[in-house]
Amino acid sequence: MNGGQDLGGVHGLGPIDPEVDEPVFHAGWEKRVFALTLAMGFLGQWNIDQTRHARESMHPAKYLTSSYYQIWMEGLIRLMLDTGFVVPGEVHLGRQEVTPRDLHRDPVGENEVAAILRKGGPASRNLDTAPKFPPGTAVRAVRMNPEGHTRLPRYLRGCEGKIVAHHKAHVFPDTNAHGKGENPQHLYTVMFSARELWGEKAPASDFVHADLWESYLVPA
Amino acid sequence: MAHDTHGHAHHHHEEGSSELSETALRVKALESLLVEKGYVDPAALDELIETYEKRVGPRNGAQVVARAWSNAAYMEQLRTDATSAIAGMRFIGRQGEHMVAVENTEEIHNMVVCTLCSCYPWPVLGLPPVWYKSPPYRSRAVSDPRGVLAEFGVRLPDSVGVKVWDSTAEVRYMVIPRRPAGTEGWSEEKLARLVTRDSMIGTGLALTPEQVAS
Repeated sequence: MNGGQDLGGVHGLGPIDPEVDEPVFHAGWEKRVFALTLAMGFLGQWNIDQTRHARESMHPAKYLTSSYYQIWMEGLIRLMLDTGFVVPGEVHLGRQEVTPRDLHRDPVGENEVAAILRKGGPASRNLDTAPKFPPGTAVRAVRMNPEGHTRLPRYLRGCEGKIVAHHKAHVFPDTNAHGKGENPQHLYTVMFSARELWGEKAPASDFVHADLWESYLVPA
Repeated sequence: MAHDTHGHAHHHHEEGSSELSETALRVKALESLLVEKGYVDPAALDELIETYEKRVGPRNGAQVVARAWSNAAYMEQLRTDATSAIAGMRFIGRQGEHMVAVENTEEIHNMVVCTLCSCYPWPVLGLPPVWYKSPPYRSRAVSDPRGVLAEFGVRLPDSVGVKVWDSTAEVRYMVIPRRPAGTEGWSEEKLARLVTRDSMIGTGLALTPEQVAS
């Protein structure tokens, strides 16, 4: 979706302002939001693409003026409301009003955390079809403007690049974010020249790479 | 490149604002609710926080870089299969399932960004700093990487090309910075002290021996 999250090439957002000796978290509540988001995710009721889509669905003005963990909190609440884990009155009051959803298990315990983190969630899948584009192939990113989730940023759409790597097949976010299945596709690293993306003022020596699914690409 | 520095949301200077305390109260209510409903265990939350505050961070990545600098065979393994090379040092799991290491050379400087969210290689670098996740970096890293580097105090000669890696899928990138001169014969442990977080994102260079001595 063309939301507040799709930031490549946007102007006027100010200086980067890196903080010296930055702590991992800046407030106690940030820690809790981080941990709540992961722990709720461990229950397996939504996937990473749904999580990203929940966050990017915020109003762009709110997305751009919220801090990172505020965005996480809004995303988590949205996911829990959408899946019936909580109802709005409960979020408002912080107290249970309706029977919890049956998890068929206990919540994730302290002793399970390390193993879950070590296991991670690989996105690669086996796929019988051969990749369409060998390394070196000139490709063009398609022009599209889906209202749903996509990982093809606006600044690449319609631009020509070159395949520089193939990563096997990966879960396709555009369907997975909407409960329409993993539909794995071949994933490629595509190299675009800075001039192709930004015009003649960009240095000829500079390039931008992105990891793009096969259906995002057509032969150039 | 000049940037308007006025009137923008600052993402990490929030201490003491009323918005912050409202957010803190909402989070407290949310946690109480999720505990009451039996969805989360507060001890597991503490363990998650402890893991990323204390145990997983850029010192992991620094060990990878130091080994790559010291051991040509390991560097070659990083080039061909970074996921298994890094797993060999026991840095595995969430947000590092598919790793690629990109190597700086005399001709090429690499820099990593996620324009769409905040993708970052957790097992080797820990959780990303605020600036990495914030709109100013995410917007300009792809369109003006040399201007971004200048804000970090890094000025590259025109002869060095910049390669930016936008983490649009589940592949996670780490930069192998150039080994500083004057470090011949150094142990991996000593070399690792030269490797900063920013040098592995590509917004910095490795420290020189003089910089760590001072």
